[in-house]
Formats: sequence, structure tokens, C-alpha cells
Amino acid sequence: MTPFSPIELWLMAFVTLAIFSFLYKDNPVYRLVESIFAGLSAGYYFGLVWDTVLMQQVVDPIKTDSSNLYLIIPALLGILLFSRLTQKWSYLSRVPLAFVIGSTSGIFITSRLQGLVLPQIRTTFMPQNVPGGSTDPWMIVVLSTIVVVGVIATLVYFYFSHEHKGVIGWTARLGIWFIMISFGAHFGYTVMGRVSLLIGRVQFLVEDWIGSFTG
Amino acid sequence: MRKTVPVVTAFVTGVIVTISFFFNEHTTLIGKVQGGILQWVTIIFGLALALGMVSITRVNFNKIKRKQEGWFYSVLVIVSVFVMAIPSALPVSWSPMFGRNEGSLYYWLWTRISEPMMATMFAMLAFYIASAAYRAFRARSTESTLLLLTAVIVMLSRIPMGEWFLRLFNESLPDWVNIYIMNGFNLSVQRGIIVGAALGAASMSLRIILGIERTYMGKG
Repeated sequence: MTPFSPIELWLMAFVTLAIFSFLYKDNPVYRLVESIFAGLSAGYYFGLVWDTVLMQQVVDPIKTDSSNLYLIIPALLGILLFSRLTQKWSYLSRVPLAFVIGSTSGIFITSRLQGLVLPQIRTTFMPQNVPGGSTDPWMIVVLSTIVVVGVIATLVYFYFSHEHKGVIGWTARLGIWFIMISFGAHFGYTVMGRVSLLIGRVQFLVEDWIGSFTG
Repeated sequence: MRKTVPVVTAFVTGVIVTISFFFNEHTTLIGKVQGGILQWVTIIFGLALALGMVSITRVNFNKIKRKQEGWFYSVLVIVSVFVMAIPSALPVSWSPMFGRNEGSLYYWLWTRISEPMMATMFAMLAFYIASAAYRAFRARSTESTLLLLTAVIVMLSRIPMGEWFLRLFNESLPDWVNIYIMNGFNLSVQRGIIVGAALGAASMSLRIILGIERTYMGKG
């Protein structure tokens, strides 16, 4: 039983079919729904920002406690971003931008090293867990070897400060094979994901929309 | 002055946030300052998203004003932006249609129009990915053959019929795909990329804080 009313079903079917119409060629109906989609997406983010940022993080804290009045400063910094809309004053937007980029950089230096690099290197050189919980030592040895070799070869492939010759060249060559296998796996996963979405839309059209004709 | 102030701002905030990592965020002053900075970043970032909405409105408004080709679609964009944005910003106490809760216009438009459109857009990629696959999968080298074989095996192992087919060759083949390809080859490459990207991000961050990297400021 679909939770949508007949009008909603027709509207959803219309936008679905209008977007699928692009498979034939670009057409006015597709462009119509595409424009609506772009507009609604921008409006969606405005609603999100208005509620979760402006109201919850600026207006409400100031209303409840006047000591939070300093929150006007980041709001003003944010408003400075709008100076990008004018050529004359656009340089003012650099200050809030620098604030965000500087803080983010500060977080990245520590979080990337402590949160990603070190744990990933550590787990690479630990015995790997075999999916399914197998304790077969050969399986663990083979899997762990693949992981260690793969990580090193991939890193060497992306190391461009030295010419890929000799040992580095061979390791980089091995790295590209590992990368291709990984990309193939990702491609396979992506295809399956997209096809399952397609099945979902076709199911909606057949079961919910056309199904509503027969009750 | 136009460049010095942003460079100093990036340096000061970057250094404070980096140093604060080594201090308790609740009991020390620098830890509390870091919490405050991150809240400020969220507020500025939120307003940057609002700038995006203003920008999209301005671009489309100019198209309408100049009666450029397809200006009618720009009208639709602007109308859609405001139909979605304005009711969401109005207090829910005025009408249940306002705000962002279930039952609001914002919620209705998102679930009844945006979500089906988004799902269809992604679903449509199945067709384009098929044609991309044709081009990518012409096994002309060792690398593309590896890509082709892995993609086919992974796709087969993810559907019941494919799994049955793989088991015709070896009863454990689908399990090996999961163990050795997904958790061996794939995992190791992902790890390598993550480590490389993280090191790159850390070094780029250092360049930004020290004022060596200034491209974020743009020209002028």
C-alpha cells in the first residue's frame, strides 16, 4: 500500500518519466523538471542553513543568553562572504574564507595524521581479519601479504618525486595492477548500485503508479 | 593589507586549532577557544551556502532580464528556490505548512518532487555507465583486462544467478571474491589512496597556515 495520494503519485510519476525522457534526447519537458530540481535543491539548502545554522547556532543562543552576543561576529564574517557578489568589495570575502580555511587546515594537520595515516599504517601491518571469521592461517597470511604489498605498491605508484625506474618502476607497475583491480571492483559495485536504483524507479512506476489504476 | 589580513587570519586560526589538539577541550582555555572557532566555522560555512542560493538567483535573474535563450527555465529555477526556501524560514506557529517538519511544504516538496527526481537522475546513470563500460572494457592492455575481469567477477558475485554461475567453476569462488578482491586488493588500494591523500592534505594544510599557499584568495 503506497503512502502517497493519487495526485502525488501522478506528480512523482511525471517527474520520473520526464527525467527518463532525456535518454531519448534533450527536450523541453526534461529541461523543465531539471530547472525545478535545481531550484528546489538550492531552496532545500537555504532551509537547512536557516534552521540549523542561523536559528539554532546564532539567533536562539543570543535570545536565551545575552552573553552569547559575540556570535554576531561569525555571522558578520559570514555576511562578508556576500561581498564576492561585487567586484569592488570582493576582497573582503577573503577574511572569512581565510578563517574557515585556516581552521580547517589546523584540524587537517592533526586529524589526518592521527586519525587516518597512523591507524591505517598500523592496521596494514597487523594480521588481517578474514571475512566470515575464518582462522585458516594460510588464508590470513595470503590476505595480509596482499594488503601489505598493495598499500606499498599503491603509494609508490603515486610517488612522483622520483622517476619510475628500477625497483620503484617495477613496484609502481605492480601498483597500477592493484589499482586497476580495485577500480574494476568499484566499477562493478557502482554499476550494481545504479541498476538497483533503476529497479527501484521501475518498481515505483509499475507497482505504485500503474498499480494505482487497478486499485 | 588586502592579502596580509587573510594570511594572518589563516595563520592564527590554523596555529590555535593545531596546538589545541594537544590540550583538553573542556578544561583548558585553548581547548575552549578551539570549540568556539569550530562553531564560528559552522556559522560562516552555513552563510556560504546561503551565498550559493543568492548566486543562483542572481545568475538566473540576469538571464531573464536579458531575455537570453531558455530564460523561461530560469523563471522556474527562481520560483522553485523561493517556493522551497521562504516557507521553510517562516515560523511553524503561523501555519503547519511552514518550517521543515513533516507536513510542511518544504518536506512535501523534498519527498514528493526532489527525492524521486534525484533517484531517477542516479538511476539514469545505469544507462550511461553501460556505454562507458563498453569503452572502458575493451581489453586492449593488461590493465584494462584486469579492470574488465574484476568488474565482471564482482558484478556476478553480487547477484544470485551470477553467484550460481561462479560456483560452477569452484564452489568457493564467490567467497574468494569477497575475501581476496574486496578485502585484499581493493582494501589495500583504498588504504594506499587514503594514506597518500591524508599526507597530501596535511602538507597542503601546513602550506596554507604558513602562507605559502594562497590560491584560495583568488586574484586581485
